[in-house]
Amino acid sequence: MATHGDDHGHDHARTFVADEEDSLGHYAIVEMAVRELLIEKGVFTPDEFREGLEVFDKAGPHLGARAVARAWTDPEFKESLLADGSAAVKELGVDMKLTELYVVENTPRVHNVIVCTLCSCYPKPLLGAPPDWYKSRNYRSRMVREPRSVLAEFGTTLPEGVEVRVHDSTATMRYMVLPLRPEGTADFTREQLETLVNRDSMIGVTVVPAPGQGGPG
Amino acid sequence: MTARFAVGERVRVHDRYPPGHIRTPYYIRGKSGVVADMVGAFTDPEDCARGGDGLPERPLYRVRFRQTVAWPDYAGDGRDTVDIEIFEHWLEPEPG
Amino acid sequence: MADGEEKTPRGYHDLGGHPAGPVDRSEHVLEPWEKRVDVLCGILVDRKRRLMTIDERRDAIEKLGEDAYNSLKYYELWMAAALKLVLEKGILTRDEIDGRVDEIRARLGLEAGP
Repeated sequence: MATHGDDHGHDHARTFVADEEDSLGHYAIVEMAVRELLIEKGVFTPDEFREGLEVFDKAGPHLGARAVARAWTDPEFKESLLADGSAAVKELGVDMKLTELYVVENTPRVHNVIVCTLCSCYPKPLLGAPPDWYKSRNYRSRMVREPRSVLAEFGTTLPEGVEVRVHDSTATMRYMVLPLRPEGTADFTREQLETLVNRDSMIGVTVVPAPGQGGPG
Repeated sequence: MTARFAVGERVRVHDRYPPGHIRTPYYIRGKSGVVADMVGAFTDPEDCARGGDGLPERPLYRVRFRQTVAWPDYAGDGRDTVDIEIFEHWLEPEPG
Repeated sequence: MADGEEKTPRGYHDLGGHPAGPVDRSEHVLEPWEKRVDVLCGILVDRKRRLMTIDERRDAIEKLGEDAYNSLKYYELWMAAALKLVLEKGILTRDEIDGRVDEIRARLGLEAGP
């Protein structure tokens, strides 16, 4: 159980460790040690670390959904999103850092889905942290080999004649799928459209269901 | 930087298995596909992994493979594809 | 493949195409320590610091060994890799880190670790 009896003026561990974190494994402690030592050596500051945590928490599928809804309703934005994803999402306050965002568009003929077989590359600055399954052995092993059967596990079957295109992120690009706009949304506002777009549709394991149909999240 | 391969060109991934950190997946080595795009020039991850600077930057291609070529017993649709980003030094013109 | 060229065995991380079971779709919300590892690793590779590269970190994970790869949690792998590189590059010493780990355990009232 963490104790907070005495105060250290430079207790950087306490700055970032939450009270409820009472089961810290070995590597969690190593993180604290390395972080404290590097701060003491001037490699970075507590403020920089805090800012990093804030940026991490700000990212999430809602940002991707915002880009998707805007692309569905603004042809110029869609064109710029597809041509240079990193530049386009800067408008949403997203900085792709050392990676580049590449947005792949689903069409009636092509359904895109993303995987990183070698590790777990994912457009984190835009979509936040990837789900556990995306990083799992089974997803990484099977998505390139039998995409349709993995899609079926997510409740997704595609109409006849659709090409499934798997993107294996091996290099600097980080991929996001621009899903198809569902039927029955012609009168939706951009904000309403945003609420329809779920994270899994931007990875490509699901499609965005038509409103009122529910379907796989 | 001049790119060796053009969009639409047929290329084959080297059928080689060198040691070290490689970002060309095992399953695609020796397989043939089509250049879908040339996405730019980037530092060589194999050199960076050894602590090098990865320079000179080298062209990176998005290569599209038919799944029926990638996997001899592929059970999905014959139209299905897999796109992989592969560095120029891992590609050769499709023989024949 | 050219004659006489070594065929390095497939890395344990190079999973594309391996037979595997159904995808477990359950998810866990990242714990604070996991976010901290992510942020720390991001700082180490960022443009301002350039203390290591993403490529070195991946390579380090690929060298931790198959047992570690299969048994450690995702962010434990990241921290183990970052630790390996920080030591190899002489950014911190083993003594410094071990000493601080012990001090933190004492500070938090935890029992001595591994």
